[in-house]
Amino acid sequence: MTTYQEFIQQNEDRDGVRFSWNLWPSSRLEATRLVVPVSCLFTPLKERPDLPPVQYEPVLCSRANCKAVLNPLCQVDFRAKIWACNFCFQRNPFPPSYAGISEVNQPAELMPQFSTIEYIVQRGPPAPLIFLYVVDTCLEEEDLQALKESLQMSLSLLPPNALVGLITFGRMVQVHELSCEGIAKSYVFRGTKDLTSKQIQEMLGLSKPAASGQQGRPPAPQDASASCKFLQPVHRVDMNLTDLLGELQRDPWPVPQGKRPLRSTGVALSVAVGLLEGTFPSTGARVMLFIGGPPTQGPGMVVGDELKTPIRSWHDIQKDNARHLKKATKYYEAMANRSAVNGHSIDIYACALDQTGLLEMKCLSNLTGGHIVMGDSFNTSLFKQTFQRVFSKDYNGDFRMAFGGVLEVKTSRELKVCGAIGPCVSLNSKGSCVSENEMGVGGTSQWKVCSLNPSTTLGMYFEVVNQHNAPVPQGGRGVIQFVTQYQHSNTQRRIRVSTIARNWADAQSQIQHIESSFDQEAAAVLMARLGVFRAESEEGPDVLRWLDRQLIRLCQKFGQFNKEDPTSFRLSESLSLYPQFMFHLRRSPFLQVFNNSPDESSYYRHHFVRQDLTQSLIMIQPILYSYSFHGPPEPVLLDSSSILPDRILLMDTFFQLVIYHGETIAQWRKAGYQEMAEYENFKQLLQAPLDDAQEILQTRFPMPRYIDTEHGGSQARFLLSKVNPSQTHNNLYAWGQETGAPILTDDVSLQVFMDHLKKLAVSSSA
Amino acid sequence: MSQQGYVAAPPYSQAQPGMGGYQGGFGPGPAQPLYGHYGGPPQRMPAPPTALMKSPVSSAAGMPPPPVSSQYNPNIQQNGAHTQRYPTAPAVSAAYGQPLQSPYNSMASTAPPPTQQLTNQMTAMNLGNYAPPATSTVMQQPFQTSPPPAMGQLQMSPGQQSPHISPQMSPPLSPPATMQMGGQPMGGQPMGGQPMAGQMMAGPPMAGQPMAGPPMAGQPMAGQPMAGPPMAGQQMAGPPMAGMGGRPFQGPPPPGPGGFQQPGPGPVGPPGYPQQAGQFGGQMVGPQPGMPGGFPAGPGGMAGPPQKKLDPDSIPSTTQVIEDDQAKQGGHVYNTNIRGQVPPLVTTDFSVNDQGNASPRFMRCTTYSLPCTADLAKQCQVPLASIIKPFANLPKNETPLYVVNHGETGPIRCNRCKAYMCPYMQFIDGGRRYQCGFCNCVNEVPVFYFQHLDHMGRRVDFYERPELSLGSYEFVATMEYCKNNKPPNPPAYIFMIDVSYNNIKSGLVKLICDELKTLLENLPREDGMESSAVKVGFVTYNKVLHFYNVKSALAQPQMMVVSDTAEMFVPLLDGFLVNYQESRAVITNLLDQIPDMFADTNESETVFAPVIQAGVEAFKAAECSGKLFIFHSSMPTAEAPGKLKNRDDKKLVSTEKEKTLFQPQKGVYEQLSKDCVAQGCSVDLFLFPSQYVDLATMGDVPSHTGGSVYKYNNFQVEADGEHFLRDLRKDVQKSIGFDAIMRVRTSTGFRATDFFGAIYMNNTTDIEMAAVDCDSAVTVELKHDDTLSEEAGALMQCALLYTTVNGQRRLRIHNLSLNCSSQLSELYKSCETDSLINFFAKSAYRAILNQPLKNVREILVNQTAHMLACYRKNCASPSAASQLILPDAMKVFPVYMNSLMKTAPLVASTELSTDERAHQRLSVMAMGVEATQLLLYPRLVPLHNMDVNSEALPAPLRCSEERLADSGMFLLENGHSMFLWLGQASPPDLIQSIFNLPSLAHLQGHMCALPELDNPLSKKVRSIINGLLEKRPNSMKLQIVRQKDKPEMLFRQFLVEDKGLHGGASYMDFLCYVHREIRQLLT
Repeated sequence: MTTYQEFIQQNEDRDGVRFSWNLWPSSRLEATRLVVPVSCLFTPLKERPDLPPVQYEPVLCSRANCKAVLNPLCQVDFRAKIWACNFCFQRNPFPPSYAGISEVNQPAELMPQFSTIEYIVQRGPPAPLIFLYVVDTCLEEEDLQALKESLQMSLSLLPPNALVGLITFGRMVQVHELSCEGIAKSYVFRGTKDLTSKQIQEMLGLSKPAASGQQGRPPAPQDASASCKFLQPVHRVDMNLTDLLGELQRDPWPVPQGKRPLRSTGVALSVAVGLLEGTFPSTGARVMLFIGGPPTQGPGMVVGDELKTPIRSWHDIQKDNARHLKKATKYYEAMANRSAVNGHSIDIYACALDQTGLLEMKCLSNLTGGHIVMGDSFNTSLFKQTFQRVFSKDYNGDFRMAFGGVLEVKTSRELKVCGAIGPCVSLNSKGSCVSENEMGVGGTSQWKVCSLNPSTTLGMYFEVVNQHNAPVPQGGRGVIQFVTQYQHSNTQRRIRVSTIARNWADAQSQIQHIESSFDQEAAAVLMARLGVFRAESEEGPDVLRWLDRQLIRLCQKFGQFNKEDPTSFRLSESLSLYPQFMFHLRRSPFLQVFNNSPDESSYYRHHFVRQDLTQSLIMIQPILYSYSFHGPPEPVLLDSSSILPDRILLMDTFFQLVIYHGETIAQWRKAGYQEMAEYENFKQLLQAPLDDAQEILQTRFPMPRYIDTEHGGSQARFLLSKVNPSQTHNNLYAWGQETGAPILTDDVSLQVFMDHLKKLAVSSSA
Repeated sequence: MSQQGYVAAPPYSQAQPGMGGYQGGFGPGPAQPLYGHYGGPPQRMPAPPTALMKSPVSSAAGMPPPPVSSQYNPNIQQNGAHTQRYPTAPAVSAAYGQPLQSPYNSMASTAPPPTQQLTNQMTAMNLGNYAPPATSTVMQQPFQTSPPPAMGQLQMSPGQQSPHISPQMSPPLSPPATMQMGGQPMGGQPMGGQPMAGQMMAGPPMAGQPMAGPPMAGQPMAGQPMAGPPMAGQQMAGPPMAGMGGRPFQGPPPPGPGGFQQPGPGPVGPPGYPQQAGQFGGQMVGPQPGMPGGFPAGPGGMAGPPQKKLDPDSIPSTTQVIEDDQAKQGGHVYNTNIRGQVPPLVTTDFSVNDQGNASPRFMRCTTYSLPCTADLAKQCQVPLASIIKPFANLPKNETPLYVVNHGETGPIRCNRCKAYMCPYMQFIDGGRRYQCGFCNCVNEVPVFYFQHLDHMGRRVDFYERPELSLGSYEFVATMEYCKNNKPPNPPAYIFMIDVSYNNIKSGLVKLICDELKTLLENLPREDGMESSAVKVGFVTYNKVLHFYNVKSALAQPQMMVVSDTAEMFVPLLDGFLVNYQESRAVITNLLDQIPDMFADTNESETVFAPVIQAGVEAFKAAECSGKLFIFHSSMPTAEAPGKLKNRDDKKLVSTEKEKTLFQPQKGVYEQLSKDCVAQGCSVDLFLFPSQYVDLATMGDVPSHTGGSVYKYNNFQVEADGEHFLRDLRKDVQKSIGFDAIMRVRTSTGFRATDFFGAIYMNNTTDIEMAAVDCDSAVTVELKHDDTLSEEAGALMQCALLYTTVNGQRRLRIHNLSLNCSSQLSELYKSCETDSLINFFAKSAYRAILNQPLKNVREILVNQTAHMLACYRKNCASPSAASQLILPDAMKVFPVYMNSLMKTAPLVASTELSTDERAHQRLSVMAMGVEATQLLLYPRLVPLHNMDVNSEALPAPLRCSEERLADSGMFLLENGHSMFLWLGQASPPDLIQSIFNLPSLAHLQGHMCALPELDNPLSKKVRSIINGLLEKRPNSMKLQIVRQKDKPEMLFRQFLVEDKGLHGGASYMDFLCYVHREIRQLLT
C-alpha cells in the first residue's frame, strides 16, 4: 500500500490533478463540515512525454445530455460490444470500428494507465497560429529599440506558416499592411474614438458590403483574402516586417512639458480585437500588447495626460478617487469577453517604472488566458528572456502553448461542479452536473480557456450532493471527467480526457481516513485561490477574516485538544503545515496591498491563479536555501532566525530571486577573498547560489526579478519582508541572543499567530 | 430703385407691370420661348427695339414716332428669326449709296416693298440654311399694320432703321458710324461675304424660305439654287398656312394673300416678288409656329414694319473703342499723380508710374468722380464700386512694391480710424503731428518717425519713404498682426488626388503624378530666395484617405490610410508636410508608385468634405496656412459627411426655384468654409466630371477661400491633358499670399458696404481670404453715408494683411483718391465701362441665388436704361427723344450688358448644364476687370489675312457672325475657351500650311493643338496662340471648328453681338430695347 503522498504524486503525474481530499465524504452535510471543499487543481495540458496521442475520435456516451467519453472506469461487455457510461449509466454500443475488441484487445482508453488520454481529431481545415503584435510607440528611444529587437527576434521563433500582424499606437493607432511592396502602408485610427467591431472591419476594408448576406453563411475565401493584408504568414513577410519594425519610430506627436504622451491603448486593443473578430473568429490567436505606460486618452483611458495628476493608488481607490477606474475596467472587460468568445487571447507586456494600468487591463489576460509580464524596461533581460520564453518549445519541438481550449467537466451523480478559478471564462453551459452553489466562475460545466500552456492550472470546486440518508454503497467511487478540447500549436485539434475517481468515505465512521487523505498543499492553494478570487471583489480585511475563520474551523474539526486548553492543541501530520501556509498567505501580496501598487497586486494575483501547485506554493510561502561552510546547501525556515552573518541565503518568491549575503560573507566578499587562490572554497560558496538561481531562472515563466544583495543592502528588504518576523525590535531583547536578524515590523510572527489560532480553536465560543 | 439693391425687388417689379401692359396690348404672347433670354416676356424685347429704332433721322424726316405697338411686333418676329436679319439690309444695295433717308423715303412712298425686299434677300443671305424670320417680319407688317396708318408703318420702319446713337462725348471717334444704324452699310458687306447668299439673293423667293424657320434650313438651301421661288413657295405654303396662317392674316385688314405679295412685288424685282409673295405667305406661317402666342395677340399691333435693318457698323463698337484707347494711351506711362484720373482701358497696353495712387492694376473704380450726395447717386443709378486686385502681377518694367519697416511698434496708424500711414496724411505743426486724411483725427508723430517739413509743408523725407509718396507699398507686420502672436510658418501645398476608378482609368492620376515631379521645382518663392519655402504634402483618396509620409530620412514613402471619414484627422505630423528639395527622392518614389498602387482599383465612390477637412486638420497640426489642390472626379456619394446626391432638375429652369440650382447645399460645407478660412486653408478644385456633380455645392468651399474651380468635362488625357496641365502649372506657380484679411477704409462721407469675390465675411468689414493670388479680385460696393466735398475728394485705403510664401506676415496697402462732383456729367465722364460691367456681373450672379432669373434680368435692363436715361436727361444736350444718346465712357456698355445677360447663369435654358452654369457663376465672382471684360466680349482675331512678318496681333473684329468670312480663319478666345474657326471655303494652301492637310475635309474633329510646321503662317499662328495662353490666367483648350460643322454651335455662342444660341437678344435688338426703355423713362 502506497502512502497518500505517493498516491497524490502519482495522480498528479498521470492526470495533472491534485485534490484537496482524496477520500470524499459521502454526504453533503459531512462535506460541508470538512471546511475545505472537495476541490482540485487541474492542469489540463500537463506535459506527458509518455503519452502518445491517439489518432481517432473519442467514443461518447450516446445520451444527449451526458456525452461522457469512454474511459477505463466504464463497465464493458466485450461480448455484447456494449459499454456502460459511468456517469449516467447509459448502455452504449461500441461503434463499428471497435468491432474487434475483447478482454485482450482493448483500446487504449480502456486501460487503467490511460485515465488521461489525448485524441487527435480532424475538424475542419487546420487553423494557423496567429500572432498580432500591438506595440506602443510612446517609449523612450532606448526602450523602443530594445523592444524592436525583441520583436524582430521573435519572428525567427515563429513557425513559418504562423500568421503575424502588427499594430502600433501612440496618439493614433496604425494597423500595418504587411503584403505591400515599395511602400509601407498602414491604416490609421483616431486614438480617441470608440469604434464598434463592425466599423473597424469596414474601415479596414474587411467587410464587403452587401453580396454575401443572403447566402446563409459568410463565404470563407473572402476572409482569407481580406485578412492577408494585415495578417501574413511569417515566411512571406519576414523581411518586410523586420524592416518595418526596424523603421518604427517613436510617436512623432509632440509631448508638451508636464504632459504624458497620448497613448491610445484602448482603441489599439479594440482595433486588434475587431480585426481578429472579423478575420479569424473562433481560431486561436494571440494579441501581444506591449506598453510602456498607461493609456492616457480615448476609451480605456486610465489616467489623464497631465503629469501633475498621478495615476491612481490603492489609497485613491479606497477613497473612491480614481476617476477613470470603473469606466476603464468596464471597457477592458467588455473587450476581454469579446476576445474570449472568439478564442483570442491577449498578452500584456508592460514595461515601465510607473504603473501602466494593469489593474484596469488585467481582465484582458485573466479572462483570455494571456500572459501578463511586468518589468521596468524593455531593455532588461527580465523582459527579453521572458518574451523569448513565450515561444519556448517542448520535447517535440512544438510551442508550449495551445489555443482555444474548452474545458468541460462531468461528474458522477453524487457530485456537482461549483466553479473554476483560473484563466478562463464561463461558457454558460448549464447541465445536470452544475451546482447552484457557485465558487469562482460557476454556473457552468464548460469553460473557455483561450490560451493554455503546460503549467496552466485551474482550481475546480465541487460539491457533494449526496444526501446523508442515501449512503453511497461501500466501495463506490465518485468520478470526475475533464474533457479538454484545444488547438495544438501544431494546428491539430486535440481532445484530452482525464477521468478521475476517488473513493467515498463515511465521514462519521472514517474521519481519520479522510483526514489522512487531506492534501494540505493543494488545499492551501485552493483556499488561497478562493481568497484571491474574493479579494478581487471584496475588501481586504473581509477576505482575511474569512480565511481565518476557515482555518479556525478546520482546526476545530481536525485538531486534537482539550477544550479551553490551547497547549493541548495538536494537528495530525496531514494538516500540520496548513496553518503555516495560511500565515504566509495572509502576509502575501495576494491579499495585502500595502506596499504594492494596484498594478503590482493585479500582476501577482494574475499569476497566482494560473500557476501549478508547486509554483503557487512558492508564491504563498517562499523557499529559502542556505549556503554556508557548515554543510551542504539546505532549505531553512523562512524565518528571521535564518538570517545569519556567515550564510548566503537564496530566496525564491516566484517573482523574485534574492541572493542575500550575510554580514560576514559580505565583508569577505568585499575584501576580495574570492579572488585569492587559497580561498577557492569561498569562491565556490559564492558561486553555488548563483548556479542554483540560474537553474531556476532558466525554467521560470515569467522571469523572476533577480536580486543580488547583502546584509544592510537596500534590496535586502525583499528578503526581510518575507521572512517570519520571529525577531523584531519588540522582542529582540527578550530573546537576548545574537541569532538571526531582527525585522523592524509590527507584523505578528508565526509564533504569535499559532498561539492565537490554538486559543481560538480550543475556545468553545469561537 | 436703389442701384445696388437687386434685392429690392419691388421697384423693379413695378417696372414689370409696364411691360406687362405692353404685352397685353400687343399680344400677350406666348412667344416667350424665343425671347426667353430677355427675361421677361419675349414681347418686351421686341417692343423696345422698335422704340429704339426711332432715329433722329426719322424724326427729321417728319415721321412721327411710330406706335410702339407696331414696331413691337416686328421686333418679335425678328427675335424669333435669327440674328441674320440685319444682313437683310444689304438688299437695299441700291439705297446703299444714300444714307438713311433715302431708304426712308422710299419706304414712305413705296411703303413696305423696298424694305421688304431687302430684308428678304438679306435674310436669305445670312441665314443661308436657316430661314431668317426677318422676312416674316416684313410680311407681317403689311398684313397687320398696313391697314390703319400706312404712314405709321413707314415711319416706324425708318425710325427703327436709324436709331441714332450719338455718343456725345466722343463725337470725334466715330460720329458717322454711330449716327445711323441705317441699313446702308449692311447691305454691302454681308452680301459680299457669303457666296451662298449670292445665289439666294438672286431669287427673291428665298425670302420665303427664311420664313420657314430654322427647321427648314436644309431644304431651303437646296431648293433655292435649283428652282428658286417655286420650290420655296410650295414647301412653305403647305403646312405653315394651316397652323398659323389664320391669325396673322386675320389681324390685318388687307387681304391675306394680297398683302403678302404687296411687299414683295413692290419696288424690287417684280418678277421675283410675286413668287416670293406666295412663299411669304407660307413663310409667315412657318415662323409663326414658333411664335404662336405672339402672333395671335399681336395682329393688331404687329403693324410695325420690321425691316429696320440698322447698320451694325453704326452702333458703338467695342473693338473700335479698344483700338482707339490703345492708339491713344498704349505704350505710354500712366502717372498716378492726379486725383480722379480715369486710367486707360484694361485692354490697353500701358505702364504705370506710381505717384501716390495705386496702379489701376490693383484698383479700378466704376467711376472716378463720385457724386457728392447720396441723392445724386441714387438719381443716376450708376453703381459706385471699386474692384481691387490686391495681388495683381506687375509687368517686369514696373517696380515691385517697396517693403517698409516701422520697427517693433509696427506700422504707424491713425489712432482713431486705424488707417495706415499714407500720402493722404497731412503733416502739420512743423511735422510733429499729422492729420488723418480719412477721419481727420490729429495724431502725434512718433519720435522715431519725426521729420521736418519743407516750405511746401511736405516732409523732407517725402521721396525716401514709400508710404508718403506712393499709392502702393507693404509694411512688415509685427507679432500683434500674427495669429496667436506667433510668427507664422511657411505655407504648405497639399496635393489631394482622387484615385477612384474613373481617374485611374482615364490616366489622369498618372498624368498628375508625372507632372508634379517637375512642377514642384517651381513652387512660388520670395524674390531673391534660392528655393521655395513652401512645403508640400500628398494625399490620395477614394472613399478613404491615404496620407503619405515622405520624410527625407525614409528609404521609401509610408502610406497611412484613414477610413474614419466621419471624423477626419491627420494621422501623422512629421513627414507629411516636407520641403520638396529635401525629400525629393522619396517624393519621386511616391509619385512613381501612386498610379501603380491603385491600378487595379475598382472603387468608384468618393468622399469630398472629409478631404478638405483633412487638409484643414493638417494645416492646423502644422500650424501653417496653405492651399489644397484637389483633383476630383465624381459626385461624393460615399457615406461620409458632405455626401451629395443628384439634385439636378431641369424642370426648375425658368421657375421660381431655379435659384436652388445655384445655391450650395447647406451644412457641412458651410462649416468647412469657416474652418478653412480660420486656418488659412485655400482650396483649388480640379474637377473631372463625366456627369452632374453638384458643382454649386462642391465649389462652395473654393469660392469662399480664395480658391478656384477648374472643370474638365469627360476628361481624356490626349485631348485635355495639356490643357489641364497648363492650368495646373499656372495655378501652382502663381504668386500668392495666405491667411489674408483685407479691410477697405474710406474717408468720411462714404464707405464700403458690400463685397463680392471668393471671400469670406465674418463681419461687415473684414474681408477674409484663406489665400489671395494674382488673379483674385474683390469688388467692393461703395455707398454714401454723408455728403462728399468736391474739394477733399474721396479717399480709399485698402489694407491687406497676409502671410507671404516665405512665412512672413506683411501688410499690403493700396491707396486711391477719387474726385467728387455735384455734376452728374462729371460722373458720366469718369465712368469706366469695364469696371461697371464687372460690378454688374458679380452683383447679378449673386442676386440669382435669391431671386428668379427673370427679376434679375429685368433689374439689369432697367438699371441700364435708368443710367442712360439719367444721362440723357441731365447731361446730354437736348435732342429728339427718338435719338439714343449714350455717354462716351459708357457707349459700349450695352453690348457688355447684353452679353452678360446671355451668359449661361443668366440664361434660363434647359440645354445648358447646371454644373456649367454654376461653374461660370462661381468663377466670375472672383474675376477682375480684365477677366470679365474678355469674358463678356471675346477677342475675335482674323488670321487668314494677317501680315506674318508683323509682331502685332491682327486687330480683333466685332463678335458677330457677319464678320466671318467663308474663306477665312479666325481665332476667338475669351479667357476660358479658344476656338480656331475655319471657313468652309478656306483655301487649301491655308489648310496645308497650318495643318499639313490637303483640305479642310481631312481635318480630324477633335484636334486640340496645331502641328508644328515650318512655315511662316504656321509659326505665326502658333505664336499668337501660345502668346495668348501665356497671357491669360487660365489655360484654354484650343478647339478647331469648321464652318457648318456641328461644333460650330459652341463657337457661335461667343459671338456676343449676335442673337444668343440659348436665347438672348442681339446687340442691335438690345440696343433698341434699351432705347425704348429710356424713352419711356424720359417721358
